[in-house]
Amino acid sequence: MADTHSVIGTQNKKGQTFTDTWKMMHEAPRTPSFFTGSEVIKEALRRASCDVMIAYPITPQSEAAALIGELFAEGYIGDYFRGESEFAVMSQCAGAAFGGARVFTTTAGPGTMRAMENFPMWAGARLPIQMIVTCRGINSPLSIQPDTLEIAYLLNTGMLVWHAETAQDFFDWILKGYMVSEEPDVHLPLALCCDGFFVTHTKDVVNLTPADMCLPPYDPYRSPVPCMDMECPPVRMMRDPFVMKSNYISYATHASWQQEIWAAIERSRKHSIHWLNGLIDTEDIDQEIMIVASGTAVSQGREAIRLLEDEGVRCGLIKIKTLRPWPEEEIREATKNAKHIFVPEFNVTGWLAKEIRATIPNPHRVHAGPHVCGGMTMPPEIIVSEIKTTLGMKSFSLAGRGS
Amino acid sequence: MSKERIKISEDLYDIMPSDYQDLVKSATYGKEDRGWKDIGSSKELIEQHSLCAGCPESMAFRYILASLPNPEDTVMVGSTGCTSLVFPMVAVHNIHSLFGNQNAIASGLKRALSVRFPGRVKDVVVLAGDGATVDIGLDMTLQAWFRQEKFTTICFDNELYANTGGQESGLMQKGFVAKMAPVGKLFDKVRLPEIARESGCHYVVNCTVSKPSLVEKVIRNAVHIAREIGPTYLQLYTPCILEIGKNSMEGLQEMRDSEKPAERFAYKEYVSEPAKQLLAELAAKDKERKAAAKQLAGQA
Repeated sequence: MADTHSVIGTQNKKGQTFTDTWKMMHEAPRTPSFFTGSEVIKEALRRASCDVMIAYPITPQSEAAALIGELFAEGYIGDYFRGESEFAVMSQCAGAAFGGARVFTTTAGPGTMRAMENFPMWAGARLPIQMIVTCRGINSPLSIQPDTLEIAYLLNTGMLVWHAETAQDFFDWILKGYMVSEEPDVHLPLALCCDGFFVTHTKDVVNLTPADMCLPPYDPYRSPVPCMDMECPPVRMMRDPFVMKSNYISYATHASWQQEIWAAIERSRKHSIHWLNGLIDTEDIDQEIMIVASGTAVSQGREAIRLLEDEGVRCGLIKIKTLRPWPEEEIREATKNAKHIFVPEFNVTGWLAKEIRATIPNPHRVHAGPHVCGGMTMPPEIIVSEIKTTLGMKSFSLAGRGS
Repeated sequence: MSKERIKISEDLYDIMPSDYQDLVKSATYGKEDRGWKDIGSSKELIEQHSLCAGCPESMAFRYILASLPNPEDTVMVGSTGCTSLVFPMVAVHNIHSLFGNQNAIASGLKRALSVRFPGRVKDVVVLAGDGATVDIGLDMTLQAWFRQEKFTTICFDNELYANTGGQESGLMQKGFVAKMAPVGKLFDKVRLPEIARESGCHYVVNCTVSKPSLVEKVIRNAVHIAREIGPTYLQLYTPCILEIGKNSMEGLQEMRDSEKPAERFAYKEYVSEPAKQLLAELAAKDKERKAAAKQLAGQA
């Protein structure tokens, strides 16, 4: 058993050097590589000093989950197996994390929903598991296409929830995510989300850190709750289990524990700002028209801004990186000059627009849209059209919109 | 390992709870031949319990905790139900997470402990009720056996959902009238011991907890076989006296009545060939150890 810091500079069994994470992520040379999002997940895991990965097939994360199996066969992962369902897999992840392992898994859409009971349990048990969510439709009739509705269900589980825009985000945030999750004053699971297919199945240039460097190992003894390995035998853990009590002390215990989970999310703020260089990225925030988005909707928004510029309309952009912790102050500050705030989303309910409306003064400034869902793409032209229509500008009609 | 790991700093000794002082002074961590006979003469690993007076489950808990061959390196996994009211008072690391996922938790846990402590023994023991094992958690119970996960599954079979007030369960007898079985249960008691055998368990026992020496034997066998070979399963009758209309003092007799030949808890055992070989080796070593001890005593 190695503690996190004393092993830096030594090598693991694959000959990788345990490297200070800040140096590895910010100072080590990067190699541009042309990879799919799934391959990028594998490359991040190669460098993650992961103890246990548990897999289950569901589109569109199956390829990534199988590629990590190859890493296991090569000796980069401590243990790896296919569970029997997402509910079971998330419980297996919990068991491994209770046992003091650094744990990784991936899921998508209906898998996220099937496993849902586990997520508040992970947070409540303070297990810093990392779960990649490659979002896809959860509606009936069956859909495997990209759709971000499932993120809305994750927002109140007590997990950290980040939303990656690109494969580069993915690579960096998988590794940085463990650093935030495993801080003793955080110690919470992380749902690292991306838009399925758009990120997982497309190729992009991603700058990789050296393959012979890896994260320092997880030190379970920095956990704020005991690791279940009998290295320090307990006396009875509590006098009376609170579940059987119907009295104020029992309620107060549960209430304070829930508050502590949310306080831990708040405490993750400073670490997330440190590692992600802020909870949001902004471009041109002096403009009166702003696009606020997360995931690949940011890329489409950026493209729409370029098209609008050609027509002389200036528009700013806010990229939301973390949904939990929610960048409330940052969004308020960055939208203070905005008269119109557009929130393009890949889901039918517009959960991001609702979150923003609940955050800023004068929420009537928020235009929830455009929305696409069920796997539809979001051409930048429909963002342009939404903005121009709202502003009373003449907009060319788009095929299929009936306008 | 031994009691070495469980020590108290001298400076802090007087402010430690007496429970902990007792564990250090007189628990049986590290004692090779620990067993049910230690009950009453040494510090038990179960401090107290909040089960009903006379509940056979409380007897089962005491026998099992006294019989674990290696409690200082054992982690237990429970599930929701009456057992989850007892685990917080057990001096062995234990996990409760959700209802029915105990064998999934144990699968991840055992693998994590194997990765983190290569070459060291870390036993994992699941202990859950029949609702958790056979109904809501059956999928994960069986899949852990299919995968040959190396831990022991113990089912406290009280033939109903006790903690929620006596509802029908899969292990209930056919015809029994209970909540949610208003005209009597319509199908047979699920034959999990046979299913366990077919699913790859190397040691399966179906019995009651009326005899502490028998509980000790099957627990030790099950843990040793799981450690070395593969999954093991014990189905122990721990009747819910409350829900079957018995009095506090009638639990033991209920178990004795149910273990008669041809009754549903008559002792049944299955041991796979590799497990038989292991048990023979362990018995030979035990004999050797006892002979050596006897010789030593003779010399003294």
